[in-house]
Amino acid sequence: MRWISIGLGLAVTGVIGFFAVRELLIDPLYFFELFLGGLTRGSIYALIALGYTMVYGIIQLINFAHGEIYMIGAMTALIVASVLGLWGWNTAVIAILAFVFAIVYSCAYGFTVEKIAYKPLRHAPRLSALISAIGMSLFLQNYVMLAQTPEYLPFRTLIPDFHFWEPYAHIITSVELTIIITTVIVMILLGILIKFTRIGKAMRATAQDKVMAALLGINVNNVISATFVVGSATAAIGGVLIACHVGQINFFIGFLAGLKAFIAAVLGGIGSIPGAVLGSLVLGISESYFTGYFWSEYEDVFAFSILVLILIFRPSGILGKHDAQKV
Amino acid sequence: MKSLFKVIAVAVFSMIVFAAPGFAADTVKVASAGVISGDLAPYGISALRGAEIAVEDLNAKGGILGKKIELLVGDDVCKPEVAVNIATKLVSDGAQMIVGHVCSGATIAANKIYKDANLLIASAASTSDALTFTGEHPNFFRTIANDGAQAILMTDFVKNELKAKKVALIHDKGDYGKGQMELVRDNFEKMGGVEIVLFEGVTTGAVDYSAIVQKIKRSDAEVTMWGGYHSDASKIVQLLEKKRVDTTFFGADGIIGDNFTNLAGKYAEGVYATGPNDTSGNALYQELSEKHQKKYGEDPGTFFHNGYACMQALAAAAEKAGSLDYDAMRAAMFEITVDSPLGPIGFDEKGDVVGAGFSVYKVIDGKYQQVN
Repeated sequence: MRWISIGLGLAVTGVIGFFAVRELLIDPLYFFELFLGGLTRGSIYALIALGYTMVYGIIQLINFAHGEIYMIGAMTALIVASVLGLWGWNTAVIAILAFVFAIVYSCAYGFTVEKIAYKPLRHAPRLSALISAIGMSLFLQNYVMLAQTPEYLPFRTLIPDFHFWEPYAHIITSVELTIIITTVIVMILLGILIKFTRIGKAMRATAQDKVMAALLGINVNNVISATFVVGSATAAIGGVLIACHVGQINFFIGFLAGLKAFIAAVLGGIGSIPGAVLGSLVLGISESYFTGYFWSEYEDVFAFSILVLILIFRPSGILGKHDAQKV
Repeated sequence: MKSLFKVIAVAVFSMIVFAAPGFAADTVKVASAGVISGDLAPYGISALRGAEIAVEDLNAKGGILGKKIELLVGDDVCKPEVAVNIATKLVSDGAQMIVGHVCSGATIAANKIYKDANLLIASAASTSDALTFTGEHPNFFRTIANDGAQAILMTDFVKNELKAKKVALIHDKGDYGKGQMELVRDNFEKMGGVEIVLFEGVTTGAVDYSAIVQKIKRSDAEVTMWGGYHSDASKIVQLLEKKRVDTTFFGADGIIGDNFTNLAGKYAEGVYATGPNDTSGNALYQELSEKHQKKYGEDPGTFFHNGYACMQALAAAAEKAGSLDYDAMRAAMFEITVDSPLGPIGFDEKGDVVGAGFSVYKVIDGKYQQVN
């Protein structure tokens, strides 16, 4: 069995490698463009997937309302940018304030959602919290639809076309460049937060053993809240960036984005932060190549097929730890 | 306390059960169904308002066969599965004729119910060929020209006016969008001289469309034709522009109207689309636009005048037949000529409109303007 899977894996890798090299030689620019497109998409998935994976790492909950936090971030940025735009403020100031407000609002929502929907259920069966998360997701979607509008809203980009970038704009747009750079910065900051700060240490301790952490004097409730806040902040950044990229938002954008990011998190090994980033990049880049070289009709089918395949051979994801758990 | 709660609960539930609709015997019930919430709502609301104003006008003249008209409203959110439920509800509420639906997929699904209930249905916006060409929908009529006519106009314009040699066809995988692009593809293949370099579907509402945009760029298509609705179209148009792809974007009536130009902003400039003929010179058309402005405080939407014409046609058929009997009314539909805001219109033996067609529009200075 073991030799069969290794052989199969090698065969698949070989076939993919052969086609990749062939396409690279035929049209290197196109190959590279698709790679960058996939990198952008993967970066966005990664910003959202982090929230899923961090929350799962700490309280073993799939926070299905996370996609909605991303949507609320984008909505807030749109409202702030429109109001400040009416007052005629400077574009750079608007962009910064829109980001700040989006992050603050999303964090507030993430924090509140945890307190209302998950904290009372912390000792209930896992399924109850999961249902609560799905309910929260539906609630937030419908709340935004009723409080704002069901229609698509134009989102005028906060990131202008950089003049110095004009010669390369046909390969990768200024917005895409910003997305990739921002994601890298956020990842580095998050790494520092988790590795070197007190709260990061507390998060790791809580993830390993909640009871022991509490016995040692860590306020577990605060750590869990902090995890939701950090996850929401990265989702808000993702929300604003992708809204700048596609130029429109509505109440429903969180669903598909959240679903894809969730797949990415599972792909990389849910609970693992490097895994979420790796899973997102693998998903984004392979989707991009699939659309570019095969048929975009089956892009989602392909994304889910990768998930199924990886879970057959590595049930806990690419970088996941082995322990049998039910979702 | 607990038993009191139970009593209240039982009381509330029994009220729900017994709150059956009261029947008013001497009205004619007309149902208007379509998408009136969600992101495609502007299309459905425009058709619904057309029916509403038509009902007011008809009631002012005495209604249908001397009875006042009562309008029932259904919302299918453009989903076939919801449309079936809505249709069932409208039929059980006693609807006697239907104006709607809007999205072709929803209309096709809902019409199974209407056909079994022997009801005539007139749509202001469903353009799919499957509705009139297959013969499966004998009770269906529409006041908008079909996709086939639209596809011929699109392909002719792309070949003869834009002089394109290579086109990319992109659709949203839905009944309407994919159907439209398949007709366009068939027409190009019949005409010859134009090469289809790409025929692809995309996922509606996806996070990002940059891969398909790169693909369009690599295909060197001079014209990119789109089958689908305005929100995805505006994402693709923006990315095409941002990635400096040199191609002309050409859509069908799914992207006509202010929804698209508002959403895409400056990126909409130069986009072509086909849409119902501009009949704004018609006196009734102008009168109705003023009424709409007065009642709702804004300009009428895309299918407002078609919706008005649907209601007019159904009323005229009932008057001509002298009853609400299905066979008599259906026979009358083929004989009537209606003085509608779209001009004098009638229906051919398939149920398609005669006398209203499509023209090509282009976005110039942020507004669609007729070019042919």
